Amino acid sequence: MSTTGSYLIKGARVVGADAADLLVENGRITGVGSSLQASGATVLDADGLIALPGMVDLHTHLREPGREDAETVETGTRAAALGGFTAVHAMANSSPVADTAGVVEQVFALGQQAGWAEVRPVGAVTVGLAGERLAELGAMADSRARVRVFSDDGMCVSDPVLMRRALEYVKAFDGVIAQHAQEPRLTEGAQMNEGAVSAVLGMAGWPAVAEESIIARDVLLAQHVDSRLHVCHVSTAGSVEIIRWAKHRGIKVTAEVTPHHLWLTDELVRSYDPVFKVNPPLRTDEDVLALRAGLADGTIDVIGTDHAPHPSEAKECEWAQAAMGMTGLETALSVVQHTMIESGLIGWADFARITSAMPARIGRLAHQGQPLEAGSAANITLVDPAARWTVDPAAMATKGRNSPFAGRELPGRVVATFLNGHPTVLDGKLNTPFADGSAGQAAGQPQAQSREG
Amino acid sequence: MKHLLSTQDLSKADAVRILDTAEEMAAVSDREVKKLPALRGRTVVNLFFEDSTRTRISFEAAAKRLSADVINFAAKGSSVSKGESLKDTAQTLEAMGADAVVIRHWASGAPVRLATSGWIDAAVVNAGDGTHEHPTQALLDAFTLRRTWARTNGTASAGTDLSGMKIAIVGDILHSRVARSDLWLLRTLGAEVTMVAPPTLLPVGIDGWPCTISYDLDEALAKRPDAVMMLRVQAERMNAAFFPSAREYSRLWGFDDRRLAALDDHGLSDTVILHPGPMNRGLEISSAAADSPRSMVLQQVRNGVSVRMAALYLLLSGESRSTARSQADTPDTVPAAAGTAPTEENAS
Repeated sequence: MSTTGSYLIKGARVVGADAADLLVENGRITGVGSSLQASGATVLDADGLIALPGMVDLHTHLREPGREDAETVETGTRAAALGGFTAVHAMANSSPVADTAGVVEQVFALGQQAGWAEVRPVGAVTVGLAGERLAELGAMADSRARVRVFSDDGMCVSDPVLMRRALEYVKAFDGVIAQHAQEPRLTEGAQMNEGAVSAVLGMAGWPAVAEESIIARDVLLAQHVDSRLHVCHVSTAGSVEIIRWAKHRGIKVTAEVTPHHLWLTDELVRSYDPVFKVNPPLRTDEDVLALRAGLADGTIDVIGTDHAPHPSEAKECEWAQAAMGMTGLETALSVVQHTMIESGLIGWADFARITSAMPARIGRLAHQGQPLEAGSAANITLVDPAARWTVDPAAMATKGRNSPFAGRELPGRVVATFLNGHPTVLDGKLNTPFADGSAGQAAGQPQAQSREG
Repeated sequence: MKHLLSTQDLSKADAVRILDTAEEMAAVSDREVKKLPALRGRTVVNLFFEDSTRTRISFEAAAKRLSADVINFAAKGSSVSKGESLKDTAQTLEAMGADAVVIRHWASGAPVRLATSGWIDAAVVNAGDGTHEHPTQALLDAFTLRRTWARTNGTASAGTDLSGMKIAIVGDILHSRVARSDLWLLRTLGAEVTMVAPPTLLPVGIDGWPCTISYDLDEALAKRPDAVMMLRVQAERMNAAFFPSAREYSRLWGFDDRRLAALDDHGLSDTVILHPGPMNRGLEISSAAADSPRSMVLQQVRNGVSVRMAALYLLLSGESRSTARSQADTPDTVPAAAGTAPTEENAS
């Protein structure tokens, strides 16, 4: 169980550019260049592979504590590692809700114990996600979990005064409010995108304006109090326009899009198969194209998977009864490659920006999202862009079988993932978890490891 | 035809075949012995997740007149909160030998789910799902309209369609499974449809539908419809701000005595009024209109049994015809021809 090994990655195309060797020693990248030599290092032939900075997900549902039947930190971070992620932000809608220092520290510690990816808990904005009073944001920020991202995801902070106060308050510790933009009154009972398809299917609509009106309000609030706003899972063309406008005005807003909203549309709902039920809902072709364009031009900053595993019984039922959400960690890279890179909209350097550098910056993760150069923390994903594979949810590491991409052939395969210089994934399979040398395998003494980075 | 889930995917040939078969079934219902042995030994389950006595007894009468065994299963309320899932319920019923499941559900798409999920093999008949579709209601409406149209044109109805017929559908289109099923089927049969409603009760996205939209019932009546279909309006809609008050709704979109008289003023002697029931007298339709000679409401109910007999017959005796025939051919049954197809019992 050596965690201090050194690795020489030979001939990888660094962020899609020319081939080079990467030397990894003691958790850091110590050299990038041609024909590097290192005695004692394990050599990995990366010919034909692309080296990327480890992916960082701003939006992951790990379900623990409370819904361990759907996912655990262990299974969710295994899925993350296999998907090329070295860090995930665990959303706060667990049970109990992550609205106290105690819960976020628990989730943080579970992540360290698991060792498959860095787990950064997201703190709830309001107590119990109830939208009534602020949770102890300062206590979560000061906890060992050092929470910087706060979100009631799944619920919208719809009260404008509460949203204003939250935006103001997190300035004290450089936090960000990640808003689930959904006007609740406009979406009561909503089942799917409101439009031509919902009209025929006879399902209560989730109109685009319910998202756009909250984003418009929030960017103005963020401007007014000069704070940081992050918009979760943007899903409509109108939202992209509002965010573009806000950025032109210099408002500190960032935005995320999910892989599924870059590809799938509400036409799939005609099957009434709840695997396509998600919040915000799948929209139209026009929205998909606007989201892709917004992601390519930087209006949308990051990919967030909104990985939302559910037990099968939550989807084996009527549409209206089914839970909302889709898995995403193990398909994100491939779906983004398909929708954004193979369509010619972006290159691998952009991919690194939207899946690693920007999400790490928004989440204030110091040793994630760094460029692949000497001195950086060795968080690295090796990808075979020429590989093709068919999505089989039963073969995934996540407990969730609710992948909307089941049966589709996708490009790109994660071959290896390095977390702090340790390969959590090798040859496309789970290797061993990262275990901090100073603490030993699951040996406690968390204070020794929690202060780094 | 394996299932009957919606009228949107029903071809014109299938629709006419169902209506023509229903004409034959109607002749059976006029006989002293209102029974055919066609589905003897087959089991039809009425699986109702939503109360609807009218639709259930209509299906029950239809299945019994075809000699099928009928099991009624009322799974009231929210099934999941009470425990058993749709999947388990359906598989349980199939394990008891259901050949067809007639499902009524408050959730749009539940019958589609049942038919396509692979949970069961039985034929699925949609008896109304949420605000999606109600195909047998549309078929009985089309059956009623086709007879009206044939009478107006002085022909027999069998084999005909609704080409050239002008039909206004009035009321809560947004929440109406009947309006959706009617529109697709009536268009397939060649009718012209106008949807009349307050803008709040029309779905966003309706612009692509093959119909004319009107907010003005008087204007729609002035365009000389051959039939006016009034939809049930639930007074609760008022509380969700769909319209200001029941009285205002009734004045603007109700088929009241004044509009009944307007049909005469326009010289529309053949124009009929339909309503899927149950009616809110005084809200969307006045008593004078509901009880007038123009009202087709009771014919619709009667025709409902014939149409549902036709649907069950075509679904259950179709691909399994050999099974049905071998049962029907056993010595002490009625002559085989009557047992397998009611063609010889044709009216006229």
